[in-house]
Amino acid sequence: MTDLATSERTVAPRIGENAPRPDGVPKVVGAFAFSSDLHHDRMLWGGTLRSTHSSARIRSVDVSTAVAVTGVHAVLVSDDVPGQKVFGLEYRDQPVLAGDVVRYEGEPVAIVAADHPEAVRMALEAIVVDYEVLVPVVDPMTVEEAEPVHPDGNLVRRIHLRHGNQDVVGDVQVEGTYEVAMQDQAFLGPESGMAVPADDGSIDLYVATQWLHSDRDQVADCMGLDPEKVRLTLAGVGGAFGAREDLSLHVHLCMLARHTGRPVKMVYSREESFHGHVHRHPAQMWYRHHADRDGTLVRVEAHLILDGGAYASSSSAVIANATCFAAGPYRVPSAEIDGAVVRTNNPPCGAMRGFGAVQVCFAHEAQMDRLAGALGMDPVALRLQNALVPGDELLTGQTIKGTAPVAEVIRTCADHPPGASMAVDPLELPGGAGRTADPEHVVRGEAFALGFKNLLFSEGFDDFSEASCRLAGGVATITSACAEVGQGFVTLAQQIAREVLGVDEVVLLPASTAGIGSAGSTSASRQTWMSGGAIQEACGQVRAQLLEHLAAEHGVDADDLVIADGRVVSMAGGFEVDLAKATTEPIEASVVFRHVPTLPLDENGQGNAHVSFAFSAHRAIVDVDVELGLVKVVELTTSQDVGRVLNPLQTVGQLEGGAAQGVGLAVMEEVLVQEGRIRNPSFTDYLVPTALDMPPVEIAALIEQAEPGAPFGAKGIGEAPSISSTAAVAAAIRNATGLDLPRVPVRPTDIVFPGGTA
Amino acid sequence: MTIATSLEDACAALAAEPNSVIVAGGTDLMVEVNRGSRCVENVVALDRIPELADWHLTGDELRFGAGVTFAEICEPEIAALVPALAQAARTVGSPQIRNAATLGGNIATASPAGDSIPVLAALDAVLELRSTEAIREVPVTEFITGVKATCLMPGELIEAVRVPVLDGPQEFCKVGTRNAMVISVASLALLVDRSARRIRVALGSVSPIPLRASEAEDHASGHLDWDSGVQPGPEVVREFAELVAGSANPIDDHRGSAAYRRHAVRVLAERSLTRVLNRVSSP
Ligand SMILES: Cc1cc2nc3c(=O)[nH]c(=O)nc-3n(C[C@H](O)[C@H](O)[C@H](O)COP(=O)(O)OP(=O)(O)OC[C@H]3O[C@@H](n4cnc5c(N)ncnc54)[C@H](O)[C@@H]3O)c2cc1C
Repeated sequence: MTDLATSERTVAPRIGENAPRPDGVPKVVGAFAFSSDLHHDRMLWGGTLRSTHSSARIRSVDVSTAVAVTGVHAVLVSDDVPGQKVFGLEYRDQPVLAGDVVRYEGEPVAIVAADHPEAVRMALEAIVVDYEVLVPVVDPMTVEEAEPVHPDGNLVRRIHLRHGNQDVVGDVQVEGTYEVAMQDQAFLGPESGMAVPADDGSIDLYVATQWLHSDRDQVADCMGLDPEKVRLTLAGVGGAFGAREDLSLHVHLCMLARHTGRPVKMVYSREESFHGHVHRHPAQMWYRHHADRDGTLVRVEAHLILDGGAYASSSSAVIANATCFAAGPYRVPSAEIDGAVVRTNNPPCGAMRGFGAVQVCFAHEAQMDRLAGALGMDPVALRLQNALVPGDELLTGQTIKGTAPVAEVIRTCADHPPGASMAVDPLELPGGAGRTADPEHVVRGEAFALGFKNLLFSEGFDDFSEASCRLAGGVATITSACAEVGQGFVTLAQQIAREVLGVDEVVLLPASTAGIGSAGSTSASRQTWMSGGAIQEACGQVRAQLLEHLAAEHGVDADDLVIADGRVVSMAGGFEVDLAKATTEPIEASVVFRHVPTLPLDENGQGNAHVSFAFSAHRAIVDVDVELGLVKVVELTTSQDVGRVLNPLQTVGQLEGGAAQGVGLAVMEEVLVQEGRIRNPSFTDYLVPTALDMPPVEIAALIEQAEPGAPFGAKGIGEAPSISSTAAVAAAIRNATGLDLPRVPVRPTDIVFPGGTA
Repeated sequence: MTIATSLEDACAALAAEPNSVIVAGGTDLMVEVNRGSRCVENVVALDRIPELADWHLTGDELRFGAGVTFAEICEPEIAALVPALAQAARTVGSPQIRNAATLGGNIATASPAGDSIPVLAALDAVLELRSTEAIREVPVTEFITGVKATCLMPGELIEAVRVPVLDGPQEFCKVGTRNAMVISVASLALLVDRSARRIRVALGSVSPIPLRASEAEDHASGHLDWDSGVQPGPEVVREFAELVAGSANPIDDHRGSAAYRRHAVRVLAERSLTRVLNRVSSP
């Protein structure tokens, strides 16, 4: 914080500095308007009737009583969807409102608009849905033989990756079966937004989202409108982590607004939010690792099953990641990975920070520890020996062309001196405020884990971001539709513009579909690179235009001109002009930025499918009360491959926040699902780490090796911290207890009754 | 909505509208209202009644107004008199919750997981219930009649809670799957009463109503050499823990299995008895 406080200075912070966040203070003092704070004097309130069953046929929906409730302006069902009845990120397979079947608990069936939230509630209660309840399909391991959950079948995607010589057998083999439960993104700002109809039949939708243009296109199709008739503006986002990549209330709001001719606002309750967005895919994973006696990995085999729930969402990309990165950041000459993502009547799953890499990291790191045990090797040495280096091939046969400082990440993290001493304050022992443990009940464990993931979109996706820069009167105005979801893009965009243009004053316009093309999604650790890259280029073009113009006008050398302190000056001397004056005539540039193209995976899961990779390591130290099965994570140390640090404070923020989500998955975060029903849809029972659960994050090293093609060489840093942290914590608990613990989150009963008594 | 500023006002408002709902800190009530599981027409707010926010020590008896908050109970002054109650108070929610949540609200909610309840049960706390008609006294163990059920009558409110100040160490321990701000999976209060030569034990989250482990109490009390302060051996502690576990009547739910809960109270019993014995025997 001291850095922030002292960063008040005349020259606004540029690249590499701790620029303060424009939205930081407003968020802390409660002045920031989140999407749930939207207001319009004429607005109605919207609400959603959700399925109470995870699988049922709808015989009828009777809205007659609901329509008659005082204050109710509209009650709409599936037949009222004006355009395409389904939406979806990759495949349009999810109904806007359930028609004749419901496929998960909480699926929207009807929507209501009324002049008061209480009238909405009464109307929702008055809707009568006649369900024929069906037996839900809930076991992902057997769905392929089960009744189809969806007309498209129960298999969303299978990738049968085969790499290298398939006959390789290692001297030493270790085998294991692993499971990752369903995690929730647990953002604090529930789904919310407001649709405002215009007289010309167009609609403005203000909503918290990750990708305005993708939403816009899906909403337009479902509304039967041309895309230009639907304008999306980003409303204040209270966290996302993947859960806002899919549509939620978007089309519902637009339908209600269009039907009533009034602005309509909707805010999900917390419980509704748990049903209203996708979660992290639960995974069942079998692995066999083969190595030579000296510890060289020779082959990895794995079967991965991810449960996608009833609709495709981004499942096919998630299984691609899980499959491609199944073995971790190691040199593996031979592999067979069978990855499948299936449909069930469990809650729908899709994008979440780490996107497929989190699940497999938990498994491959457990395997590496097991292998080290079988070989009698030090686990860190085993990892170092097999660490990828630039020029190595991935399981996909793709050669790593960019930076891959894997060994540096491992070494710096493993060599960092541990700092945690044994706690004396009972609050700091496992059990915390509950005062359950004394120091003699506690066993300490330590372990190390390594992970990696692709940055940007893969598999031939046309991934681009548009941005424009306008320099007028010495002030730069940046336009981008990039969604600020808390990651700090609003800060970086200004830092980049200042750095390139040499100006101090930068205005970033609100993100909207109205003024600019798509920025792509705020996901896949991609916005700093993609939208940052677009801004860098746009600003660069504006700068070049300005300097060339001045050079021509004043007969000076453009290469000799610099912009600083509000002036354009010739380094050789003799020429100087006020920047504001030089730009009374605005200079503009607009750029569509693309990364190098990628290719689809072939039938063997081979191909140059990815652009770039980020690597991270965590070392966890845990205290375990073995008798009660309670855990306290006492220290997390990390090193990460970041390319270049653009804003040190924000970098630390990402590393801490990502690790907190990783700790959560390791020891407590789980959406409990029984027969397709969520048993803990609240923050009372879906537990996320508190200050007493989250240790300080020690950053051993930020490895800065400039990544080719990335703006300023900076890699995306948002996802890597959530990948190896879970694996490290789980492994440290194994180290403390001597138990296998093949599942996360590790529950007290997994430690107390390891045989599975209860 | 009545914002009462005196007990008389509050009781009058409750008498006038017998289906009125009392709100104190609102930390339980508002959760239910927001969830739609409780319909509220008339509300009587107690948080502006000065008498309810007070506590007094008279002789060796403490009297808490029902509106005393858990934040106040955590303060050293109270913690010195009823350490286990302060320890329990510290485990309730977060600082924000403890600033609003009241002792009376915790009791009236009558949740098996209410953290003050095992301590109050072990203290044989007595509740003072008031209406326009009468004032009556009910032990906390009789007040709570089932899961979220009490013998509070329409028109009545909890005015105060009386507990003895005991001579001897006290322990409250609570198991949850998070290190703070977590609903109890199992809890235990263990109090030493030197003058009566009794060990008192009550359990939380392992039965629908407040539960005293009387057999275990007898066992421990009988095996302690109260005069010499010499500790009984580990087998007495183990037997005590078994008896505590045996008295539990837990259920399986999404927060924990019955087997784990029973196991947990056994461990808590063993550890808390060991803790107090270490202190009893040290001069
Ligand atoms: C985030 C969160 C965390 C929590 N954590 C815990 C926890 O760790 N442990 C725990 O035990 N509880 C916990 N609770 C529950 C709650 O905070 C406590 O039970 C609290 O003591 C309730 O007191 P209150 O004053 O807020 O009651 P209110 O919500 O105002 O009232 C609760 C009930 O008691 C009745 N009532 C209140 N006062 C009186 C009175 N004087 N006479 C008669 N009836 C009365 C009300 O009518 C209502 O039915 C938590 C709640 C939240 C929201």
